Amino acid sequence: MTGARIPAVVVADIRKHYGDLKAVDGVSFTVAEGEFFGILGPNGAGKTTTLEIVEGLRKADSGAVTLLGENPWPRNTKLLPRIGVQLQASSFFEKLTAKEQLQTFGSLYGVTAAKAVDMLELVGLTDKADVQENKLSGGQRQRLSIACALVHDPDIVFLDEPTAALDPQARRNLWDVLRAIQARGKTIVYTTHYLDEAEILCDRVAIMDKGRILAMDAPATLVRGLDAPTHVVLQKGTLAPADARAIDGVEQAQEDEVSLTISTRKPAPVLSALAERGTLDGLQVRTATLEDVFLDLTGREYRA
Amino acid sequence: MTAFKSLSAAMIKGFLRDRMTLFFAFVFPLMFLVVFGLLFRDASDDKTKIAVVGDGPVVAALDKTGALELEKYDNAEVARQKVHDGDLPALVVAGGSGVELTFAASDQVKAQTVIGIVSGVVDRINLAESGVPPAFTLEAKPVEDASLKPIQYLTPGILSWAVSISGVFGAALTLVSWRKKQVLRRIRLAPVGPTAVLSSRVLVSVGTAVAQGVMFVAVALTPPFGLQLTGQWWLALPLLVLGTTAFFAVGMLVGAFCRTEEAASGAANLIVMPMAFLSGTFFPVENAPGWLQAVSNIFPLRHMNDGMLDVLVRGKGIEALVVPSAVLIGFTLVVGFIAARVFRWED
Repeated sequence: MTGARIPAVVVADIRKHYGDLKAVDGVSFTVAEGEFFGILGPNGAGKTTTLEIVEGLRKADSGAVTLLGENPWPRNTKLLPRIGVQLQASSFFEKLTAKEQLQTFGSLYGVTAAKAVDMLELVGLTDKADVQENKLSGGQRQRLSIACALVHDPDIVFLDEPTAALDPQARRNLWDVLRAIQARGKTIVYTTHYLDEAEILCDRVAIMDKGRILAMDAPATLVRGLDAPTHVVLQKGTLAPADARAIDGVEQAQEDEVSLTISTRKPAPVLSALAERGTLDGLQVRTATLEDVFLDLTGREYRA
Repeated sequence: MTAFKSLSAAMIKGFLRDRMTLFFAFVFPLMFLVVFGLLFRDASDDKTKIAVVGDGPVVAALDKTGALELEKYDNAEVARQKVHDGDLPALVVAGGSGVELTFAASDQVKAQTVIGIVSGVVDRINLAESGVPPAFTLEAKPVEDASLKPIQYLTPGILSWAVSISGVFGAALTLVSWRKKQVLRRIRLAPVGPTAVLSSRVLVSVGTAVAQGVMFVAVALTPPFGLQLTGQWWLALPLLVLGTTAFFAVGMLVGAFCRTEEAASGAANLIVMPMAFLSGTFFPVENAPGWLQAVSNIFPLRHMNDGMLDVLVRGKGIEALVVPSAVLIGFTLVVGFIAARVFRWED
């Protein structure tokens, strides 16, 4: 290939207002090919509307979207085979088995029945091929709907809250599926309200609130940029708060009913000082997370 | 596999696996056919039954008329008590040259019928006895009139009604459920035209209508019901197809306005039930007052019904299809156009 590669997604200053409600209020971002890009934020932040505008399901009031060099609005049939979309609700045909759902969706793209069934393996549902969709568990249904989005081998995959309302085990199973998709060289754009999950999965994240992007970068970079203290947590009684404060580098030491929490921006010398005192039993280190970034950006606790 | 073929296959499977839709498409109308068919079976050859005591030429002649069913009693008192209790409308006691007729005063119509028949028989015997040639002769002959036996109008009526149920409900519920579950949006994101989606769903409805036709006619043809097909009954096929498209258009219109399946099925009922009663599903619409017949002309079911009656049991040919077909096609185009204009991909 010659020249620079075209970015998979380019979004430039899109806006969508419903009366007084500014659902999307000037959002811009670019996603490179093969990137795993997350849009995070609490419910009502404008994530889904943003995604729908990018997919070409909604028209933006203003701004521009370019998908693989094409405009997705109005409905661009040339572009449709190259994008795969999983919608927030599990959209399936009535009373069909997992295998039949895939074959039916596949046929809309001219995919052969045999090839469509291969998708079951990717999402780990081979043994559920002949089970009707409404008899699958929540996690299995989500995986099936992702398989339906991938059935035609698209270049970009859009997933809207694929892990919402899943139990922790099902969420982790799904993470493996998402990583496997990225390993196939797909560009993934996904929304979630789980910040911890985005931190683990995404190459880059955009944190949204009230229709705007507050911050956008690699999760680690965002957290590092915070310059937030690291918290070292000890069992109560292993060390007196006054002794803890005396250690070089400790900014704060607070005790509650069960533990002593030490805040520091120099964790290495503090930890070795604690080791010298033999107080490492039950010790936990908690570094800043995207939740702290959200708190820092909005001034309020993150509540999904 | 093409999108059209696989969508059709998907919808047929979904239809066959849904017991509720199967019930309302086949069993529910069939229940009406069976119940009404058996209920009205002997309605037209119901004879009045009277008690008879004694014997003689008058009783023999009464029996020969075939107009009355005679129940013989040995004891006049027992028979009189039957009339008194209201079990039988009249009693004829024949003895020697006298014939005594006792009748219940409550049912004047039946009483007059019995009196008329008995006195007619008595007069005729008297005339024969006297040997005088009659000055006037009466000749009465039965004729096959246009009014039909109940099963003959029930079968086409209930068949058309069943097609209207599956057409309206099928279209409305599929549309609402697909919009609610975002299947419509998902399809819109695939490189497939709305024609493939729409035509595959119509095909399923047409297939259902043909299956309903075969099933209901087959049941009605069995001896307990005794349907007799006349004329070119296979002309019912184009009517089944055109009726389905008309009702499908109605369903699309209902589906466009309703957000939930419950609302859609309520609205569909509100349309189908009055339409069924006014279009001659359960009784011939010719018996209804003139203004009601005029009103019923706005319903596609009325015209489908008329066409079905003509080709299935009235022995008419292809000329009977012209008006119903034209009306059904026109209806489909107009309602389908409106439905397309108010169609929504999402809530």
